Amino acid sequence: MKRIPLLALIGLAITTAYFLAAIFAPLIAPYPMGATPGGSWQPASAQFWLGTDSIGRDLLSRLIWGGRITIAIATVATLLSFTTGAILGFTAAVVGGWVDQALSRFVDLIMSIPSLIFALVVLSVMPVTVVTLILVMGLLDSTRVFRLARAVAADIVVMDYVEAARLRGEGRIWIIFREVLPNSLSPLVAEMGMRFIFQVLLLSTLSFLGLGVQPPLTDWGGIVKENKDGIVYGVPAALYPAIAIATLAISVNLVADWVLNRTTSLKGGRNG
Amino acid sequence: MADQGARALLEITDLKIEATAYPPGEPPQDITIVDGVSLQLQKGRVLGLIGESGAGKSTIGLSAMSYGRGGVRLTGGKILLNGQEIRTAGPGKLRRIRGHTVTYVAQSAAAAFNPAKKLMDQVIETSLQHGIMGRSEAEKRAVWLFDTLGLPNPTRFGNRYPHQVSGGQLQRAMTAMALCPKPDLVIFDEPTTALDVTTQIDVLAAIKEAIRDTGVGALYITHDLAVVAQVSDEIMVLRGGKMVEYGPVDQIINAPRQEYTKALVTVRQIEHPEKPADAPVVLEVDRVTARYRGTNFDVLKNISVELRQGQTLAVVGESGSGKSTLARAITGLLPPTKGSIHFAGRELSATLAGRTRDDLRELQMIYQMADVAMNPRHTVGTIIGRPLEFYFGLKGDAKRKRIQQLLDEIEMGKGFIDRYPAELSGGQKQRVCIARALAAKPKLIICDEVTSALDPLVADGILKLLQELQKVEGVAYLFITHDLATVKAIADSIAVMYRGEVVRYGPKSQVLSPPFDDYTDLLLSSVPEMRLGWLEEVLAHRRMESAGN
Repeated sequence: MKRIPLLALIGLAITTAYFLAAIFAPLIAPYPMGATPGGSWQPASAQFWLGTDSIGRDLLSRLIWGGRITIAIATVATLLSFTTGAILGFTAAVVGGWVDQALSRFVDLIMSIPSLIFALVVLSVMPVTVVTLILVMGLLDSTRVFRLARAVAADIVVMDYVEAARLRGEGRIWIIFREVLPNSLSPLVAEMGMRFIFQVLLLSTLSFLGLGVQPPLTDWGGIVKENKDGIVYGVPAALYPAIAIATLAISVNLVADWVLNRTTSLKGGRNG
Repeated sequence: MADQGARALLEITDLKIEATAYPPGEPPQDITIVDGVSLQLQKGRVLGLIGESGAGKSTIGLSAMSYGRGGVRLTGGKILLNGQEIRTAGPGKLRRIRGHTVTYVAQSAAAAFNPAKKLMDQVIETSLQHGIMGRSEAEKRAVWLFDTLGLPNPTRFGNRYPHQVSGGQLQRAMTAMALCPKPDLVIFDEPTTALDVTTQIDVLAAIKEAIRDTGVGALYITHDLAVVAQVSDEIMVLRGGKMVEYGPVDQIINAPRQEYTKALVTVRQIEHPEKPADAPVVLEVDRVTARYRGTNFDVLKNISVELRQGQTLAVVGESGSGKSTLARAITGLLPPTKGSIHFAGRELSATLAGRTRDDLRELQMIYQMADVAMNPRHTVGTIIGRPLEFYFGLKGDAKRKRIQQLLDEIEMGKGFIDRYPAELSGGQKQRVCIARALAAKPKLIICDEVTSALDPLVADGILKLLQELQKVEGVAYLFITHDLATVKAIADSIAVMYRGEVVRYGPKSQVLSPPFDDYTDLLLSSVPEMRLGWLEEVLAHRRMESAGN
């Protein structure tokens, strides 16, 4: 094993910290999600480490609860986008022909519409619940995963071992899950980190615009929205969730970069 | 050996070359690639470096320009070029030597040329870079070299782009590129290995003549002793980075002293008596014509051959002759447009989808590149076990027992079942592929160039194994190859293919005895023989040129 580079270690540490905070939010958050123990926009103190928000809720607790929702929704949406995108992408590459054409052109169609606008339109006509959010985010992003999975699989299906499996009479399920999947896992796992970040950013944007997570629940984008007016008066409350979004994005990116580097150097690529 | 009076062009003493290996899951370790090799080369002479893959022959060759490929370090010994130490020389000095005093001819000419530039510009590039001569002088020299190397239309050849000339011509263009800056030493690294035998012979002759006419010294690296015997004055046999034997070509070929050298000289001399044509026919290809989708010419034209149970039909021909396409037609990957294929007494559906599970089971295939014929993420156990499970429903202990039985049959024994393909040697990989085919209990195995990516001794082992298995299992082989030595070793009947047609077909004894048609004559005479003077003899007697020339 080569040593893990410092940047990847930092990324790994921060990412793990955020995920742990999300999982154990009920244990570590000083106040419940909706409690208003203080006055509005109080400065940081021993009681409220990061101060309070526009209506007097403890900002640290809000950040922890909001992070829980942000990370949960982004994770589930990423998993959804990867299962749909990868399975459809592999199918397109393995089956080929008109199936490939139909799927690829449909994906082109969706991708030609900017995803934020698409999401805004869908979410303004449908009731905004956590489930709809996840479905919209996951399915929109699965077009990107589809593209990657199809490209990776297209390189694999021309290998002799796939031909050997075809000659043996294997069905598509075996070819997709036993021949193609294990060989395309590493680029897909590296991509997963990137897609997760985009999910976090998309969710934050949607919530900031009021079409994401609805009160009484909240996520980081929502917290920015609630406190954005404070910036004019010099209240930094809106900056903390923004910093949380940025640090999570950067640290996941560092980890993803390391994974990608590792997998390509195994093939004699980068780091050769 | 070399006369000691004149100063040697290249003198390597006690060379040591090391590299760092990164085995998965273990700390990096230094390994010695070349250990204690010494050699001497005079101007105008050719030294052949021979050995199997991993012998360190390319590494030694490149050390003559003080270059280590991909992290390889020249850590000890002396490399004197024209009396000057170059192993420890700085980058400035090396820049003046490389591409000027020493030049290099690589194995794959197609990968060595820039596809976007004309040949002439690339051939004279180093001469201009080093300021050795002006443009017009360099072009004149290039044309002279093209002429010496036997390239068509020497004055206009340089105006072409790399994709507009054949593989053999491109290889000769690279030789011209290496000779253009008037080097003292040229390193030829397997220059004919990627070529067809019929093309190889022209390139060999051209290289030999160019070396003689320009008076350079040359290091000729190859794994094929018969080839090196034609061009070299001396030969060094290498194995595992150490010298095995070093001497004049005559002594090495005719009176080898070391066991390993003897094995190399006698390789490919397996003899196989032809079986009588009385067994029932297992495969009958009847007037098959096929073309690839979207093209407008037939790659297979009216092919009819048959193969008897427990026998071997060799399909020979150069690249592009359609021999692999025939395999695709038989397996159902490329449905023929005309004709029919009968197998084990029944007519096979043209398409893969239309075949029964038994059709698929009884017709197995082994590929040229064992590396990509096995899923790198499956263990040997999974690879061999899958056909057992798929066709016979074997599970658990019964399956594992049968896998081990098959491993024993391919002489690999215990301890391999849980390994991954990356942990096997080239020969072992091919053996596992054979076991996978055998697992299906086939009646026919199609072997597509199964030995051409292997070292001669390893290839011999595979051929012997295949013959042994044929005796035990009674399986028939359709053996696709471009290598006639292999054909002689294994075939009962032979089909010679040329541009999509079978030009000669029959029992081995008949196909290989005169009178020959022109193409078979060319093919047979092009196979390098392990004796001196063979090249000149053949060139004097040729009746036609290969399609690739």
